[in-house]
Amino acid sequence: MSIIGKYFIFLGTLFTRREKIKVYWRRFMEECVGIGVNSVLIVAIVSSFIGAVSCIQTAYNLVSPLIPASTVALVVRDMEILELAPTITCIVLAGKVGSNIAGELGTMRITEQVDALEVMGINSASYLVLPKVLAAMFTFPMLVIMSAFLGILGGYMAGTLTGVISPRDYIYGIRDSFVPYNIFFMCVKPFVFGFLISTISSYQGYFTKGGALEVGQSSTQAVTNSCIAILVADYLLAQLFL
Amino acid sequence: MIEIKDIAKAFGDKEVLKGISCTLRQGEMNLIIGGSGTGKSVLLKCIIGLIKPDAGSVLYDGRDFYRSDQEEQQAIRREMGVLFQGGALFDSQTVHQNIQFPLDMLTTLPENEKRERVEFCLQRVGLEGTGKSMPSEISGGMKKRVGIARAIVMNPKYLFCDEPNSGLDPLTAVKIDELIKEITDEYKITTVVITHDMNSVMEVGDSVIFLSKGYKVWEGDNKSILKSDVAELNEFVFSNKLLRDLRG
Repeated sequence: MSIIGKYFIFLGTLFTRREKIKVYWRRFMEECVGIGVNSVLIVAIVSSFIGAVSCIQTAYNLVSPLIPASTVALVVRDMEILELAPTITCIVLAGKVGSNIAGELGTMRITEQVDALEVMGINSASYLVLPKVLAAMFTFPMLVIMSAFLGILGGYMAGTLTGVISPRDYIYGIRDSFVPYNIFFMCVKPFVFGFLISTISSYQGYFTKGGALEVGQSSTQAVTNSCIAILVADYLLAQLFL
Repeated sequence: MIEIKDIAKAFGDKEVLKGISCTLRQGEMNLIIGGSGTGKSVLLKCIIGLIKPDAGSVLYDGRDFYRSDQEEQQAIRREMGVLFQGGALFDSQTVHQNIQFPLDMLTTLPENEKRERVEFCLQRVGLEGTGKSMPSEISGGMKKRVGIARAIVMNPKYLFCDEPNSGLDPLTAVKIDELIKEITDEYKITTVVITHDMNSVMEVGDSVIFLSKGYKVWEGDNKSILKSDVAELNEFVFSNKLLRDLRG
């Protein structure tokens, strides 16, 4: 309980003694590149293959003359939009971005860079962490939209190139019974997950004590806690929004 | 001038500082010495406001840091320059950006004036032309110099150095000590140096405070340190063979 309390106090410090907006804007743009742009490649690779595998495995399980071939594409689309793109992408990002944030802040802590900021009269938590949180909440939904698109495209490529489904059936399937609200739901998830990953990882890194070994432990703990938080939040969001 | 009154600090059951009082004078090199684990760094962190003491007060020219409001504390902090043990340079910034950082964050100076100030500080610490280097590309001694340049860029009234010559070769260590001494004399600032290096004490120590087991055990200047009759201090001072030989 004390850790949760400390986490919420930490969140509170992000909004006290703030610096000039210009400073945050510069830091925000840097973090958008670090967190968002630098994650495009890994997200693209993971999403394309997950989409491809989803298509092949769904087709494998739906071998029946009673089920139209387009159902494979419909299933791939809904799996991508509702779960795979937002949740799996964010779990991948928890590994990449979360460990990076915890490692960076942990190293800054043990090398007294955080103390150097504090002694200048700068709110180190706000200066270092707030731009990361905002950047994660801003870029994660964009990465997830890209992930969903590439996942469905990956399914198309795998399905049509292997002859599992015809291009016409696949296009028909992804347009069939489409619920636009699901897109909104898909965008809410990474917004929440981005907040959780960035704040949990920052918390772990910011309060690192010791040396290199503890920085490694903080990174591992950041990823573990972020993944657990994502899965719990995923369930709660599904209950709340669907 | 900085007055420290009855500073005490404990971490759990372990009392690290036990009622330390002293005066750190302006225009002097005030050295706080002692063996490892005697509370020197904790005392420094209490003085600069990074660790809040359990009891006692720290007065900056009469202004009580821990009884000031947030605004006043910020004002005092802006009069401080701190050189951390490892330099504490920001890894993602160049040397120039590191030194300019306090000016960017705390002043509204035009860009050209900031640049001139950074160039002046680089020149002052003997590092002209290294502004574009990254901290990972420079030596330990150069990092300390950059740390000093960053500490003096805001024209501080108080300069704090945590073991400025640790991990440096003897020649570079002496040069760093001399540089800090020159800056102290030139700008008439209150300089506080944490060290366990007796060379520094003998070279530049105007005023010396010796800590042992959380207590201030001795206070004086570097000339009288060799004549002390405090057993703990003598044990610390004369662990150095050269000084033992000097004593005869």
